[in-house]
Amino acid sequence: MSGGAKLRVRVDSVTPVNDLIKRFRFVALDGSDLPAFSGGAHTVVEMDDHGTRRLNPYSLMSSPADRSAYEISVRRDDQGRGGSLFMHRHVTPGMEMTLSYPVNLFPLDTRARKHLMIAGGIGITPFLAQIAQLDQFGGRFELHYAARSRVLGAYMDRLTAAHPSQVHCYFDEENQAIDLSRLLATQPIGTHLYVCGPKGMINWVLSSAEAMGWPRLALHHEEFLAPGTGLPFEVQLAASGKTITVGTTQSLLEAMEAAGVDAPYLCRGGACGQCETNVHKCDGKILHRDHWLSPEEHAANAKIMPCVSRFEGKTLVIDR
Amino acid sequence: MLTPVTPTIRSRPVYAPLEPRPGRLHLMVADGEGADALIELLAKANNRSEILSSAHVIYAPGPNGTDRSDVLKALGLRQFFRAPTIPALLPRLVRVLADAHMGTQFYLAGTEGLIGQAEREIMATGFPMGAIQKEHRGSTVRRVQCVHCKGITENVATDPFKCSHCGLNLFVRDHYSRRIAAFQGVNIDAEDPGQVPEPVVRFK
Repeated sequence: MSGGAKLRVRVDSVTPVNDLIKRFRFVALDGSDLPAFSGGAHTVVEMDDHGTRRLNPYSLMSSPADRSAYEISVRRDDQGRGGSLFMHRHVTPGMEMTLSYPVNLFPLDTRARKHLMIAGGIGITPFLAQIAQLDQFGGRFELHYAARSRVLGAYMDRLTAAHPSQVHCYFDEENQAIDLSRLLATQPIGTHLYVCGPKGMINWVLSSAEAMGWPRLALHHEEFLAPGTGLPFEVQLAASGKTITVGTTQSLLEAMEAAGVDAPYLCRGGACGQCETNVHKCDGKILHRDHWLSPEEHAANAKIMPCVSRFEGKTLVIDR
Repeated sequence: MLTPVTPTIRSRPVYAPLEPRPGRLHLMVADGEGADALIELLAKANNRSEILSSAHVIYAPGPNGTDRSDVLKALGLRQFFRAPTIPALLPRLVRVLADAHMGTQFYLAGTEGLIGQAEREIMATGFPMGAIQKEHRGSTVRRVQCVHCKGITENVATDPFKCSHCGLNLFVRDHYSRRIAAFQGVNIDAEDPGQVPEPVVRFK
């Protein structure tokens, strides 16, 4: 089965964190330890939303040292495709669910002399696990965490209490902003930078750092893309001999799965590269939305990432 | 010109011409003919004066005696330091690294012994190896570790050669250790003691 081995879990608790965020705690059905993970790892949560199968990636935020449970935090997106709304409205303690094994696309580079973390909003979650990991194994870090308001700054109290001199908080509503150029100019050699948050923030941080001479190899980011909506389109699947229609709120990957095609995937957010598929014929325009393929590959239209990318035009034939 | 390296096994380092990159400090470490690589780097930069005003060059004469200190000094660098030898150069580099910030660009040029040992000190800070620029120039003599006694012999010119520590006859491999910053030398007459091929000058 695609997506790797699965874990059967029970929802142990659901905790409201603020108006937008809820925390979910999962334990193994048989009460045994869950597989080990490292800070920055995510799991893909499978949801049966009244007949619609939804699979959303969420960063694990609990301590990697605690294998008795996994915790995730989900921000409700009222304009989204429905995964976060399902989690908020329908997932209750005692429910049985299926998770993927943890996959880490955003690990700490433990060779770094120092870890500089920059978080925006719900982008804080992978850093919670990474900081827990550093607490246990040692390692110098500094966290700069921006949120819309004090009320929406999830886990700020916990972080500042445990690490008063390493955690710095900023609030948009109070017109506070990270002094990025000063921050980037004053880091000791051997610092690695990690950023997780809204797309605009990630682009701002990465482009500023590169312009100041930071090497790309010291810059790490994670952003899970929601597949995004669009016009329906038709795709021919060469290997399975099927022609499918991808609906407005469906991804190409989801449409293949609904048609019984076992296509590979891991992150379902355009980051990991697992679902990369060759394009046999493209008479039209592929709407590339992933972070995986290079700009040259996007221009060549010879490959597509079905988890997030769409198509507009006459004919698309892919090798699946 | 860049000293050509024949790619053999994956572990054997390869090099590329130095290119100017944005940075707040340009830290250049070179020996011998490596000075020419720095001069050519500056010649192709469209912000030459900006780089010069934030350049720190740490330099030692090459193992063949090449010393371009005067040429480098005349460039108008922000800082120039001449060390008599590589072992005397490295503590200076370590001291500079202790205060350096991200935004520093590293340019290494010259013999493989100099490049490898400077790279090792930079990597020890956690700075990504792939972001360190390296251009091999001048002498091709090798720094070789005897895999048997672990002693390092500098400036090896012939293959095989006699380990300067334990006296074994060593075959010079392309197998390279970044951790030790040396090629590996393996006993060539272990099975038939005394059956040693005639040494050939492979490194000049």
